[in-house]
Amino acid sequence: MSINRRQFITAGTVSTAAVALGSFPYAALAFSEKSQTLIDAFAAGAVPAEGKITLTAPEIAENGNTVPVEVSVESPMSEQDYVTEIMLLGNDNPAPSLATFKYSPASGLARTSTRIRLAKTQDVIALAKMSDGRVFVTSKSVKVTIGGCGG
Amino acid sequence: MRPSPENTQSMQLTKASKHVVRAVITPALMLALGSTAVVAGPDNSTLSIDGETYATDTAPAADSPLPHLYSGWRFRSSETQSLQMDDFENPAFTAVDTGEELWNTVQGSKGKSCASCHGDAADSMAGVRAQMPKWSDALDKPHTLQTQINACREGQMGAESWKWEAENMLAMTAYVGLQSRGMPVAVDLDAGDMQSWSARGKDLYYKRVGQLNLSCANCHEKNFGKMIRADHLSQGQTNGFPLYRLKWGGLGSIHRRFKGCMKNIRATPFERGSDEFIALELYVASRGQGLNIETPAVRN
Amino acid sequence: MANKIKPRVKVPKTATAGEIITIKTLISHKMESGQRKAKDGSLIPRKILNHFKAEFAGTIIFEAEIAPGISANPFFSFNARVQESGEFHFTWTDDDGSIYEAKKSITVS
Repeated sequence: MSINRRQFITAGTVSTAAVALGSFPYAALAFSEKSQTLIDAFAAGAVPAEGKITLTAPEIAENGNTVPVEVSVESPMSEQDYVTEIMLLGNDNPAPSLATFKYSPASGLARTSTRIRLAKTQDVIALAKMSDGRVFVTSKSVKVTIGGCGG
Repeated sequence: MRPSPENTQSMQLTKASKHVVRAVITPALMLALGSTAVVAGPDNSTLSIDGETYATDTAPAADSPLPHLYSGWRFRSSETQSLQMDDFENPAFTAVDTGEELWNTVQGSKGKSCASCHGDAADSMAGVRAQMPKWSDALDKPHTLQTQINACREGQMGAESWKWEAENMLAMTAYVGLQSRGMPVAVDLDAGDMQSWSARGKDLYYKRVGQLNLSCANCHEKNFGKMIRADHLSQGQTNGFPLYRLKWGGLGSIHRRFKGCMKNIRATPFERGSDEFIALELYVASRGQGLNIETPAVRN
Repeated sequence: MANKIKPRVKVPKTATAGEIITIKTLISHKMESGQRKAKDGSLIPRKILNHFKAEFAGTIIFEAEIAPGISANPFFSFNARVQESGEFHFTWTDDDGSIYEAKKSITVS
């Protein structure tokens, strides 16, 4: 059975869109409005790409007040090619900003560990900006639970 | 999913409905505790702090109602456990630094510091926290670490006493407590009137109170190792106090934790330093006899 | 003694030239987020450490713009590539303008 014209056009549109975005899930990452504003400002026109960033966070946070996280970015950290900034966001926090870290070649590694506050189960988002303006993004879902007694 | 008594979230209850609450909630809660599919138990991690290993469980006394004693450390997530395994990563240590400073600071009318009489805390304070609460003939009641510190401050230093949960008291109890780290809990129940104080504490431990009509034992003896919603129930041991609680974002005392637990079951809590809490602290310490002191510990 | 803001820093005592070392910092601070409510329902005003900087020989090797989403008693672990002996200078800035500092030396051979 041959497909009708409507089906063909729809299929074509979808596949074109898929090609335009590549297989990268950036468009599929559900950023809150507040997060998207911060990301757009950080990226300054660049389209965040996947890769390079490793974000470590617990699957289940024992307490949302103090969640240990670590972010690191693959980079030679040379004068020609280094990470300038890493931004951490709590996508569904009342205010998503957590911290923005700044590096230089003297940092040796673009890596930081810290402890963050998460108001509820959400994605922690990490973005990295390179000295040539490229931006990378990743996220990790962290479950934040209410204890049995809340005490 | 596990059954959960959603109606416990509403706290506006009339007197009449309290009976309904008791009749409905308690069995519902017990059902939730008893029938949960997730029996998480204490884990098998090894506590090693800056290279030194500490046992976190021990065999109980012959008459203990517990089959085996486990430190609260064994019930925490690996991330929380890690925070205690490095004295730099452990957020309690800024308080320990403050405690050390205070130890060496002259305070009060007699121009002394703790160091004036006690010298190096690592020597003089080794074992002190492990024996708390300790009988005091002078007071005719047990001393806790807090009351002992204040007795020294007022009596020997002519300095003002510190409030139970004041930053200075937390810092000093953390610093002094640290000097007993790795030593087993060793309360002396034979001194003075300790037996009757311990018996009073035991009564409090097993007494059901509050709107939720629970006793300490309901959770910490009958159901340790199980999940109550998302909390992993420990045995409610006190070998790590004063400790850094992630929820508090800071250090807290045993009596603060007792108060929190009582509020959680919607009971009117006793006050810090009250005879009830001193008796309870004594009894709970005796339940953990032999467990290593981990002060200052890190918990959820 | 009033609420003491105490920094703690961990820097290796020695390193070889070109080595990348790990530095850890912790400072006691409530980091009042501005989201919490007092008993009367009013918002407790925000008061946090909003900036942290680690410098070596006049160069900033790590900097953090800190938001209220960072936990109380802020902890940062980061790295530095050391070429010569010198002193690390750490600075924390409070919303109220107060500055807290710590220094640690390193011998690089």
